[in-house]
Amino acid sequence: MEMLVASAIGLMTATGLFLILQGRSFPVIVGLTFLSYAVNAFLFAMGRLTVDRPPIITAGAAYTDPLPQALVLTAIVISFGMTALIVVLGLRGFLETGSDRTDLSLADAAEEHGPAPAGEDARRERDGAARA
Amino acid sequence: MNNWIIMPAVLPAFTAAFLLLTLRHRPQAQRIVSIVATALGLLVAIGLAVAASDGVPQAYRLGDWPAPFGIVLVLDRLSATLLVLTGLLALCVVLYASAGWDRRGQHFHTLLQFQLLGINGAFLTGDVFNLFVFFEVMLIASYGLMLHGGGPARLKAGFHYVAINLIASALFLIGVGLIYAVTGTLNMADLALKVPEVVPADQGLLKAGALLLFLVFATKAALVPLHWWLPATYAATSAPAAAIFMIMTKVGAYAILRVYGLVFGAEAGALALVAAPFVLPAAVVTLLLGTVGVVGSRSLRSLSAFAIVASMGTLLIALGLFDQAGVSAALYYIVHSSLAGAALFLLAGLVLEGRGATGDRLLPGPAMRGEVLVGGLFLLCAVAMVGLPPLSGFLGKVMILEAVRSSASWPWLWALILGSSLALTLGFVRAGSVLFWASGPASSETRRPLAILPLTAIVLLLALTGAWTGAAGPAMVWMDATARQSLDRASYVEAVLGPTNQRSAGLGE
Repeated sequence: MEMLVASAIGLMTATGLFLILQGRSFPVIVGLTFLSYAVNAFLFAMGRLTVDRPPIITAGAAYTDPLPQALVLTAIVISFGMTALIVVLGLRGFLETGSDRTDLSLADAAEEHGPAPAGEDARRERDGAARA
Repeated sequence: MNNWIIMPAVLPAFTAAFLLLTLRHRPQAQRIVSIVATALGLLVAIGLAVAASDGVPQAYRLGDWPAPFGIVLVLDRLSATLLVLTGLLALCVVLYASAGWDRRGQHFHTLLQFQLLGINGAFLTGDVFNLFVFFEVMLIASYGLMLHGGGPARLKAGFHYVAINLIASALFLIGVGLIYAVTGTLNMADLALKVPEVVPADQGLLKAGALLLFLVFATKAALVPLHWWLPATYAATSAPAAAIFMIMTKVGAYAILRVYGLVFGAEAGALALVAAPFVLPAAVVTLLLGTVGVVGSRSLRSLSAFAIVASMGTLLIALGLFDQAGVSAALYYIVHSSLAGAALFLLAGLVLEGRGATGDRLLPGPAMRGEVLVGGLFLLCAVAMVGLPPLSGFLGKVMILEAVRSSASWPWLWALILGSSLALTLGFVRAGSVLFWASGPASSETRRPLAILPLTAIVLLLALTGAWTGAAGPAMVWMDATARQSLDRASYVEAVLGPTNQRSAGLGE
């Protein structure tokens, strides 16, 4: 079981990191979600992996550590809220700049030389929409 | 148990809820409540600093659960000092924002109060997971503040800022997880006792956890190579938000001192001073890159942001010594650089507003209203940031130079700190002469009169740095005691877990 959980966490982290390094906001958001899944599973495992044990100490009986479960709950709430926030942020960024690229070059250009012409991405999006 | 210890967290939390629920559509009332609450928060912080001045750390057990099981808040000189600093800074920012900045978006004062809740909580907490929670509260509010006012450039930079902090939070959780898996506790005092007793087989895991946590704190403190978010974020956000963010980098420095000075401090056995080999080299490169950034910046806000990076480098060079002289000099410099940096960002906001289409770019533009006054304030801000007399940056740098004498590489550090001061001076001189000397005739869009509140806030911040120089003697005595206490594991552990003899008796039962 340890092998399975560990490799699952490793795979999710690797996927998350790969997606975060992409240049568009959607893969970055999905990557962040993967990373937070990996972290949640990791936090569970840190209280040692036990199956079918209650998180309550009774004399003589085996138990599982309840603290990681409380920590995971907090982590899930926070990462869920943050994912919602960054989705909205990515969407607003796309609507206001006409591009979902995550580099700052467009924004910089707008600041240095006045509003930039609509980027290649926006054109491509529009063409795509027209074709559809 | 001193119940006032929880007040710096409770007061902004209730104020924020009150602002949101009852005063949503009454901006004038929001301002008054926000200013009064921030001033009250400052008074509470000063009261706590007086309470902490006897030199004995005090623990506040939330829900009165006994220490390693429940969450504790710990008040000592270090946290009290930073609470007072946060209060002063917040008051100036609220005053500045109340002149009209707060109407550019929604809920400015609410977000600011939530931010104060997170910052004050992070300074007070004695539990690593609770530190994570307060970090998140602070960050969530800062996302809102950073985006306050909107605009494409701000949204793009905001996306980066949020994404980077989410990755840092994930690392924080992994680090916390590793530490808990090895030691079975997350209470800082309990950790300080358990870390030296960890068996050699588990020390590698614990070290990995500790260093992951260091990465997170270094990201917050803008240590190279994790500083890239800072110039983009601070240069893209609004002036009051950037000014209050000044204390957020200090939260990173505080966390480094607390965790690596106390939990993984000099008495932590095999893992003693686990982060120390990384802090000093990273801080040196941070100072270097910040200085290069100041010289190469093309706008005043970006110049200010790189000046902050450089000041974090200077600060962490001293902090990275992890001895009493270094920490004491770093703490004096923390107060100075927060006040001066905030004044510089607030001033950059005025310049941005006052120069019409030219904005804060370092190009000749139309003369702004009150050019002499704003230019004079810029001169004072520059003097403070660069570290020239008579403002407190000079004394701060002298103390840091004195403190690094204990390091073997002190001639190099001296050369670096002094050389960077010269380069910083050049950068600021270049900016000031373009902004205020090369200006053309005033145009119609630059004739708006200067509001009185923003100027009051900037003058107040600069007066405080001046006062910090005047009070350098008593301040140094206080900071020496603070540094000694912040590195004293025994008194911290005793405050949280009770005297040693009672602890062993409790275990025996």
